[in-house]
Order: sequence, then C-alpha cells, then structure tokens
Amino acid sequence: MDIYLPIAGLSVNILVIILLGGAVGMLSGMFGVGGGFLTTPLLIFYGIPPMVAAASASTQVTGASVSGVFAHMKRGGVDFRMGGVLVAGGLLGTLFGALLFRVLEAWGQIDTVINILYVVMLGGIGGVMARESITAVMAKRAGSPVPASKRRHHPLVANLPWRWRFYRSGLYISPLAPLILGFITGIMTMLLGVGGGFIMVPAMLYILGMSANVVVGTSLFQILFVTMGSTMVHSLTTKAVDIVLAVFLLIGSVTGAQIGARLAQRMQPEYLRLFLAAIVLLVAIRMALGLGWRPDEIYTVQLL
Amino acid sequence: MPSQAFAQSAVPKLVPDVSQRDINIQSRFTGAELLLFGAIIYPRGVVPEGQIDVAVVLRGPTRPLIVREKRQVAGIWVNAESIDFRSAPTYYAIASSRPLDKIIDARTAAIYELGLKRLQLSPTGEIDAKELRRFRTGLVDLNQRDGLYLEAPNSVNVTDQVLYRARLAIPSSVPEGRYVAETLLIRDGRVIVADDGVTVTISKTGFERLITILSQQYSLLYGTLAVVISLLLGWMAGLAFARL
Repeated sequence: MDIYLPIAGLSVNILVIILLGGAVGMLSGMFGVGGGFLTTPLLIFYGIPPMVAAASASTQVTGASVSGVFAHMKRGGVDFRMGGVLVAGGLLGTLFGALLFRVLEAWGQIDTVINILYVVMLGGIGGVMARESITAVMAKRAGSPVPASKRRHHPLVANLPWRWRFYRSGLYISPLAPLILGFITGIMTMLLGVGGGFIMVPAMLYILGMSANVVVGTSLFQILFVTMGSTMVHSLTTKAVDIVLAVFLLIGSVTGAQIGARLAQRMQPEYLRLFLAAIVLLVAIRMALGLGWRPDEIYTVQLL
Repeated sequence: MPSQAFAQSAVPKLVPDVSQRDINIQSRFTGAELLLFGAIIYPRGVVPEGQIDVAVVLRGPTRPLIVREKRQVAGIWVNAESIDFRSAPTYYAIASSRPLDKIIDARTAAIYELGLKRLQLSPTGEIDAKELRRFRTGLVDLNQRDGLYLEAPNSVNVTDQVLYRARLAIPSSVPEGRYVAETLLIRDGRVIVADDGVTVTISKTGFERLITILSQQYSLLYGTLAVVISLLLGWMAGLAFARL
C-alpha cells in the first residue's frame, strides 16, 4: 500500500514505514533507548531526503517517549530539577544545532559531518557496551558475579563551580555539568533526529554519577521536551517535518515498544545488551564504509 | 505574399495532445503515466515519401541547483568541488521513434535541446569543458536513476506516417509546476516542424496541499500541530496498551 508523503515529496510503501517503526520500537521497548539513531539512517537508506528523515524522526521520538515519562513519574523516577537543567541545555543545543545546520549546509559538508558524528558516537558507545556486556556474559558463565562499580562522579564534574543540590539524583554538583550534557544531546537531536538517550544514560551514570533509579526517567523527560523543541525549530527553519511520515512511524513504534518490553522480560539482560551493542556497531560500520571506502553517491544535488 | 503562403502551406502541421492536462498529487499518488499523442496534417493531404520521425519531449520547471562531487581527502570521502547551475530542468523526458543519433544531426539536436547529453544547464562561472561534462554526467545519472530524467528511443509509435503516440512515466517525486510537452517532426536529420503548445500542470491537492501550505506559510502552527499529534498519539497508545 503506497502513500504520498507531502513534505518528503515522494510516495512510499506504508507497510515498510510501519514495520521500520515497529522494529525500532521493539528495540526501544527491549532496551529503553529511543531508537532514533536507527530510524534516521534507515529512512535515508529507504530514500527519504536526509533532512526530512532527521526532522520527522525527532517528531516521532516525542510520541514514543510520552507514556514512558508518565510511567517513570508515577513511581518517582524523574528528578525534575535535574531534568529541568537538562531540558534548558537541550533547547539551547537545538537552537545552536539549527545554526550549525545552516553553516554546514552552506559549506556543503553537512552529510559528511552527520556521517562522522554517527560513526564516532555509535562506534564509541557500541564499543563500550560490547566490552561491558562481554565481561558480564563471561562472568556469568564462569559463575562469578561482576563486582559492582562504585558510583562516583567524574573529577572534572566535581571541579565545576556553583553547586546545586539534586535530591532525587543524590548529587551535590554544579548545574553546568548537566547543562553541557543537555546542550550536546540537543545538537544531536537537531542534526541527527536522535533522542540521545544512548549518550545521556551512560553519561548520567558514569560522568555525573546519578543514582540509577532516576537515570532512565530523567533522560526520557529531557528527550520528551527537547524533541518537542527540535520539531518546532525544524518547522520554523528547515520546514522538513513530515507529519504523515511521523504519524506512521509512531504507529509502528508504539506497537513495537510494547512487544519489545514483553520480550525483554523473558531474556537475560547480559545477552540483550550484547545484542544491542552488535546492532549499534553494525550501523556504525555501515556508516564508516560510506566515509572511508566508498560513499553511496559521488554526486549530490542541492536545490537552491 | 503568395510565396510565403505557399511556403507555409508546404509545411506539415502538428496537432498534439496529452491524456491528462492536470495531474493531481493526493495521498495515493504513486507517479503517473502520460500519453502524448497527436496527428500530422500534411499540406493538401499528401503523405510524403520517405521516412519521417517523431520525437516528444516533456520538460518540467527549471530550478537553480548545486551539484557537489565527493572526493577522498585524507581517507575520508567529503564534498570537494561543486558547480552551480542556474537553470536545470527538474524533469526531462524524451521519447523518439528511433534512436536520436540516427534521426537528427548533432547541431539541430543541440539547438532543440534534444537528449540528455544536450540539456542546457547554464553553469555559472568559468568552468572547463571536461569538468562540466563530469558534473553533468553525475547529475543526469542521479536523476535518471530517480526516474526524473529519461530517454526512451524507439518508443514513439507512428502509424501510417500520420498518427503518433508515446507514453512517458512520471515518478512520484516530481516537483509541482507547469510541464511543457513539445512534439517535433523530423526528416532527413532536421526538424521540419515543432509544436510546444501543450502544457500539463502537476499540483498537490486536498490534504497534501493543505499540509504543504501549512508547513510553508504557517510554520509555527504546523510545528505545534506536529507536536500535539505526536504527544496525543503516544499518550493514547500508552493508555490502550496499559489495559491489555
């Protein structure tokens, strides 16, 4: 069944889009990550213009994170003070991202920069995750539990001036640290259409040293508001948000997320993480091939 | 002026038409197939001896664009050189009764802009011919694979030297605008008569038009709408699944 996407300006098979949303949603249900880092590249491989793919993927992430935020709020899993600082940083990041977008587009290097960002980000995160989960799997097989690492924030964070108390996170640190973290993920959201959870969650745990029970809820809270912001900024600047595309992606992803969440309960977390690491690394390798070996297209056209 | 009247009447007349003057883009639009057909009226109704050929061209609106070329710099493929074209056609399709090279000489083909090799792209700045050829080939190849540029030899059917028809495919990614269909009657390597009086208008209608206008002119409203729809859909789905 084909449907015409009014902003992307071409017709697509709607089942492909729903299945794509569903597959990504399943992953997000299993791992608690937004999955935007998969949606955008997959849409581009399918032939959607990159800008429309990034803009619409971020709109879809808004819908995909709402019910998660409510669920975490109910059980007290959101640090609103921390979340507020992260959102403020994130919104500044989307505005800066929009500016960066313009500059890079005029310079003609937007696609290269996006590719490099993907490779570095996914390669780094995937590598760390793979190492960690392999250690966990090995330890499990050997029968010895992995020693829990001590929760501490990074010395760099401790040195920042002007400290605030974040009760739910169990922290007394400078708000500049989460502000900067929010800012960086905000830029990612604008340029790549990703929520940024897979950067934020490890950063919250290992750099800020937040207590684990508020990490996912607070990161979802930030993602919800920052993707709303990036949809607005995209609508006002690039005009690349395709509402039809976002709705069909969302239909797939909310369904997939439920299936994923149920599947996850039956699987062992160590293997689950290893599986996610493999997917992340695969996407990174695919992108790296385009950069280093041979790009999909030598010539690209930009309408003026 | 009898001599001029005589000269005019000696030239055949083309009566071209298309199957659809308006193509509407709505939600089920997957592209279109346009039938270009018509008749050749010869002076005094005498069909001349020898082979005649027909070519039909459909041109979309032109746009300025930049073509960029990737090159490996320090191991990484980046956009290196680029050329600005002032007016490249967004869509160009040509069908002919026989391969173009066999029916028309190169000069005439260039004058009438016949064939993908001869598109007038008006590059800006001083560019050497070899480089221009490279970029042109890149652009044409890209658009050919997207179905936006096409060359279809042997696809105009001519019946009894009088009636002709050709089918041209239009992909779903065509831009909106006014498309001009030109028919050319070719004989002995030259164009005897050409007619570009037929136009086709391609435009979005209904919901697709509304969305496009909203996003372009009422961006703030459109953005808010996108956010609200996304929030509502996500929230409702959460409620629905919570009950299962």
